Amino acid sequence: MGLFNKIFSKEKKEKLDSGLEKTKESFLSKLTRTVVGKSTVDAEVLDNLEEVLISSDVGVDTTLKIIDRIEARVSKDKYMGTDELNNILREEIAALLSENNTVDQVEFNVPETEGPYVIMVVGVNGVGKTTTIGKLANALKKQGKSVVLGAADTFRAAAVDQLIIWSERVGVPIVQQGMNADPASVAFDTLQSAKAQNADVAIIDTAGRLHNKVNLMNELTKIKTVMNKVIPDAPHEILLVLDGSTGQNAFEQAKQFSLATEINALAITKLDGTAKGGVVIGISDQMKIPVKYIGVGEGIEDLQVFNKTEFVDSLFS
Amino acid sequence: MFENLTDKFERAFKVLKGHGQITEINVAETLKEVRRALLDADVNFKTAKEFTVRVKEKALGRDVLTTISPGQLLTKICHEELVALMGGEQSDINYQGNPGVILMSGLQGSGKTTFSGKLANYLKNKKGKNPLMVACDVYRPAAIDQIHVLGEQLGVEVYSNREEKNPVKIAQEAIAHAKSNGFNVVIVDTAGRLAVDEQMMNEIADVKNAIKPTETLFVVDSMTGQDAVNTAKTFNDRIDFDGVILTKLDGDTRGGAALSIKTVVDKPIKFVGTGEKMDALDVFYPNRMADRILGMGDVVSLVEKAQEQFDEKEAKKLQKKIAQNKFDFDDFYSQLQQIKKMGNVKDLMGMIPGMGKAMKNVDIDDDAFKGIEAIIQSMTPAERGNPDLLNGSRKKRIAAGSGNNIQEVNKLIKQFNETKKVMHMMSNKKNMANMMRQMKGMGGGKGLPGM
Ligand SMILES: Nc1nc2c(ncn2[C@@H]2O[C@H](COP(=O)(O)OP(=O)(O)OP(=O)(O)O)[C@@H](O)[C@H]2O)c(=O)[nH]1
Ligand SMILES: Nc1nc2c(ncn2[C@@H]2O[C@H](COP(=O)(O)OP(=O)(O)OP(=O)(O)O)[C@@H](O)[C@H]2O)c(=O)[nH]1
Ligand SMILES: [Mg+2]
Ligand SMILES: [Mg+2]
Repeated sequence: MGLFNKIFSKEKKEKLDSGLEKTKESFLSKLTRTVVGKSTVDAEVLDNLEEVLISSDVGVDTTLKIIDRIEARVSKDKYMGTDELNNILREEIAALLSENNTVDQVEFNVPETEGPYVIMVVGVNGVGKTTTIGKLANALKKQGKSVVLGAADTFRAAAVDQLIIWSERVGVPIVQQGMNADPASVAFDTLQSAKAQNADVAIIDTAGRLHNKVNLMNELTKIKTVMNKVIPDAPHEILLVLDGSTGQNAFEQAKQFSLATEINALAITKLDGTAKGGVVIGISDQMKIPVKYIGVGEGIEDLQVFNKTEFVDSLFS
Repeated sequence: MFENLTDKFERAFKVLKGHGQITEINVAETLKEVRRALLDADVNFKTAKEFTVRVKEKALGRDVLTTISPGQLLTKICHEELVALMGGEQSDINYQGNPGVILMSGLQGSGKTTFSGKLANYLKNKKGKNPLMVACDVYRPAAIDQIHVLGEQLGVEVYSNREEKNPVKIAQEAIAHAKSNGFNVVIVDTAGRLAVDEQMMNEIADVKNAIKPTETLFVVDSMTGQDAVNTAKTFNDRIDFDGVILTKLDGDTRGGAALSIKTVVDKPIKFVGTGEKMDALDVFYPNRMADRILGMGDVVSLVEKAQEQFDEKEAKKLQKKIAQNKFDFDDFYSQLQQIKKMGNVKDLMGMIPGMGKAMKNVDIDDDAFKGIEAIIQSMTPAERGNPDLLNGSRKKRIAAGSGNNIQEVNKLIKQFNETKKVMHMMSNKKNMANMMRQMKGMGGGKGLPGM
């Protein structure tokens, strides 16, 4: 834990801990119940482990994968104590996450780019896109970055008003053309404005859309394509926001949004609730897309950079 | 999809041969598949376990030496059990009172505000009520604006008080306002809240105590995973809601949360949300939900959506023309418009699980009919009414006029003639009756083809 404390401020760690408290409690209490009165890992222990993982939305495939790995290790070391199970589990989950989260981010930051670094935020309805944008803009501004927001959700009732309020809260400029405007045109405008202002970051909000609506997905592709007319590599980051309480459908969301826009970052929201967020493990493993941010509340400070060590530790510490 | 699950069950029944009955031993593997199917659909771990036990009890001792295979039998048992568990008495929302008061509750982003609008619209237009919506979300940025926008769209008044930060007070004021202004139903939208947020849970309990709603609804996202059970249970413990609203069913989630919630709180699912638009709501059909959870797709909704757009009178007229073999390009054109009205073809196909992906590379979009429409529009009224007039020079003119080449025009005419032929054939009463029967089998109560 020594290293841990050096990297993360105490306050921040507490926030995640309290956010994930429920997760931790049930994970641990169940695991403890599982291993009570046993000195070795047997089939029953693994069965119970399965329950813990499935109940955390890890999904059948990933759960089986984790259990297979543990079984393999158990079979090598027949007399492995249940004490060690905890550690092994932690290692195996971290391994699934780390295969694609090679470098953990420590602070909010964006890579150096020629011109503004453009983040396009996408996801199904109501997952927390707009809120995440507000929080992210705030975090980046605190790092000394100049940020411009683009209100390209011109569809949902009062979506533009909502982002305007966030821009005021954070104190960053917003580009908007009101409701029912062409979202691609708003994105185009935003990038031009960001470029003219020499902004460091531009963040584009988009309307929530279910991934099986082909026309809406095509619209997303169009919004994305229009951006590189202003800035060649834009959008640099396509952030898919997933609701932490979503079940297995999150996999399909990740797949379909990936097809439409080549998402390259994930944010998981609402981890301050009882939802376990196990979906992170499965998607990160299967899709090889790094989780960058987690949302742990509705407040402006309630966004954290994802850190697998911290995440797994919060589950098992 | 249906075949899929049955096939899986079939394969799992490996030791059955030689046995005349379903036994503990030969059913074990299959039950594992049942459980897996449920977990993939996000049915809660415990609920899934209990469910497989029930299915096993029902299956044990059943003869399999009948016309249907053991896999089919098991699918049938699963389906029946799901329907039984999720069904029960169909109960409406209670909006009777002076005024009737409906309180919304649920997690953040589940769809409360949207559903408030849909319900207001439903009560106004389908039930002849005069509803008032109330903005009790004092937290979310622009929450009050959002419900006002919906109210304006629907022509439904919204009560809000931007100065007041206490939802209990706002709700009370609104009810007083409703009483003195002749509103007979009050729909109270509230902020999203987490079940673990003690303060916010107290708040909604206070609102409920203060206004004594005739109906308290729990609005839940159909994509919710294993956590649905915890949340539903806590909300139910705190505010003892009367019914559940399942939103975003226009997605491709299998929606196992419906089963988990019903099992754990035993409150009826009253309505489902099927889109972002204000008319996108439907009553809950346990039968369709069972199909969905088992991965059989919501084919019925699809058929109904098609039927909704169907104009009875127009159809009769058309039928007569077809019977007399007088179907012409004008009819063909208006048929295209009908199909377009049904909404995006791809969206419709997307309602079938797995189809969304398959459609990805198929080129059907809203513009799919543009070429055809252009050709028909380039015909003269006489040509449209009498396709036999279309000779070589006319075709050439049409091709040039519509920006197509002659092959495209020929292709369309060929298609048209084939359609016409088939339709004429089908207009034969006996054939038609057969077809209708098949359609019923597809979407009707039993819902299990081949059973
Ligand atoms: N508890 C909690 N609530 C959150 C979090 N992130 C967002 N929310 C809430 O979730 C609800 C929906 O958030 P939005 O940001 O409007 O979601 P969206 O994805 O932009 O929604 P649409 O644009 O309608 O698709 C709001 O009530 C937010 O306050 C989080 O991390 N924790
Ligand atoms: N596709 C689809 N979208 C829906 C449905 N119901 C709601 N939505 C969308 O889901 C998002 C969230 O809906 P809201 O009504 O704002 O949710 P809420 O529960 O009021 O959110 P908070 O007040 O922030 O807790 C919006 O983008 C809605 O348009 C539905 O049935 N289908
Ligand atoms: Mg939004
Ligand atoms: Mg709301």
